[in-house]
Amino acid sequence: MNRYLIRRTLLAIPTLLVVSVLLFGLLQLAPGGPAALYAGPDAGPEDLERISRLLGTDQPAPVQYLRWLGGVLRGDWGISFRYREPVVGVLAGRLPNTVQLMAAALLIALLLSVPFGVVSAVSRWRPVQYLASIAAMLGVSIPTFWLGMMVLLVFSVRLRILPSGGMATIGLEHDPVDRILHLIGPASVLATMYIAAWSRYVRSSLLEVLHQDYIRLARAKGLSEWTVLTQHALRNALLPLVTLIGLQGSSLVGGAMITEVVFAWPGMGRLLAEALSSRDYPVLMAAFMIMAVLTVLGNLLADLAYGWVDPRIRLS
Amino acid sequence: MPAVTQNQTEKAIKLRKTLTPAGRAWRTFRRHHLALASAFILALLVLASALAPVISSYDPDAASLNILAPPSPEHPLGTDDVGRDLLSRLLHAGRISLSVGFGAAVLTVVIGVLVGAPAGYYGGRLDALLSGLINVMLAIPILPLALVLSSFVQTNLTFVIFIIGGLSWPAVARIMRAEFLSLREREFVDAARVLGAGSGRIIFIHILPNTLAPIIVAATLQVANAILLESALSFLGYGVQPPQASWGNMLQDAQRYLRTVPELAIYPGALISLTVISINFLGDGLREALDPRLQV
Repeated sequence: MNRYLIRRTLLAIPTLLVVSVLLFGLLQLAPGGPAALYAGPDAGPEDLERISRLLGTDQPAPVQYLRWLGGVLRGDWGISFRYREPVVGVLAGRLPNTVQLMAAALLIALLLSVPFGVVSAVSRWRPVQYLASIAAMLGVSIPTFWLGMMVLLVFSVRLRILPSGGMATIGLEHDPVDRILHLIGPASVLATMYIAAWSRYVRSSLLEVLHQDYIRLARAKGLSEWTVLTQHALRNALLPLVTLIGLQGSSLVGGAMITEVVFAWPGMGRLLAEALSSRDYPVLMAAFMIMAVLTVLGNLLADLAYGWVDPRIRLS
Repeated sequence: MPAVTQNQTEKAIKLRKTLTPAGRAWRTFRRHHLALASAFILALLVLASALAPVISSYDPDAASLNILAPPSPEHPLGTDDVGRDLLSRLLHAGRISLSVGFGAAVLTVVIGVLVGAPAGYYGGRLDALLSGLINVMLAIPILPLALVLSSFVQTNLTFVIFIIGGLSWPAVARIMRAEFLSLREREFVDAARVLGAGSGRIIFIHILPNTLAPIIVAATLQVANAILLESALSFLGYGVQPPQASWGNMLQDAQRYLRTVPELAIYPGALISLTVISINFLGDGLREALDPRLQV
């Protein structure tokens, strides 16, 4: 197990390096040099040269990349073109908000998808099955941003139950009720896709397990259907879900980004969208890398968790 | 054996003989009511977009002074914030969104096959290299990368298709790799090799047709995926560029009028959802119909 863990962790490092090289190369191709962006439209050619030397952008691309990488490892992520302060500081203000949003969404999704999946799997009643499959399909098919807009329309414009975006009402930043009210909308919207996808998964996985011989044996022993379900079937049926959750890191990052934009949630995703339109390359690069790290971390945790819950693959 | 039963058995045998694989697939597909209904809805949507100029005679990009008009006989769904006919815009946007969906799905599958097939067929170092590439691609969050790419250039339709196709293929490549990995060990491949067939011939003439079922299913789901991605890109302002309408960029404009004219936001999003859910159900039906392991 330990060797496996180390090997998997080490594999994540070259993956992230390749991602960073790709992105750095990509940003080199961007039209308009960073110096011009930093200096603004009034700068003369001499100013540009000075700024470009200051920023290090007069060096060849490989040198710039190595400098950037060295800086990242030392905790120096460059200066934001837009905020004129260290990127680390800008990110530190935003990352916790995104993590909070993602954690809330994952929690909601987990709490709802398992019961939904179980009910739709064991229900013999046709309308329930139809309803469940349509609801699940709706959940994975509705675009996140549109669902967000509809939630805003119904719950904050019409019913006025939920706030219309942001993280807190001004003046009430430390009121937990207010914070939770602000979180409900975006977290549920972000969770919807996963509730749908996971409950479908739980359903098919549970149906497969319920046909196994050991379930028939458990029933033959006279155990109640509830015990068979919770003690025998569910445990095995939920195994693949662990992997699925980890593998969805990439989509979670994208989903969080677009949810943040719709709900004006001050997180990483919105920061990335803003950095994109203001061409704030240092922030863009850093925000993107953090998202890539989150994705790779999700994949890694999926692998490790699978080894942990399923003893059969521990040795491989 | 009673005569009736024997008669029935004979009938069953006869029936089985006359059913081609396609016929059997159709029989399974027909039983999946939701998939059948979805195919019908999808056909309607494609038809309505194709016939857009016939259904609504307004130029979708022509502004007028009649802004934010409520539904009326002249404008069945009203007009938008610069006085363009909403129905016309929705139909023409459908053309764009559907073309991007189909175009990007075709590209995704082509790249997916070209990467996945050799990885699974040849194995060894080539597989290690291509699998490494697939894994790196899967580690990159698609939406942010697509945004970065499209922010550099003035995007047009072809470019949006290439970005989506160029970023979505790893999922298909992984499926194709697994298919080729298992199919290359089968007897019919050995037989072809004994007969002197080269690798290219074996890959494209012998193995590829056998992967048609997963390819069709994956392609269908990729259409849905591409439509969603396009709408997200356009919504954020980096996909299909105005004045050309796509369901995604119509929603971008609609955001400002959520309080006053929510219809502007409701219609395009509802159409995206309807299209995507239909495609997904269609994919579901096709999977059940085409996957021999699921057939009873």
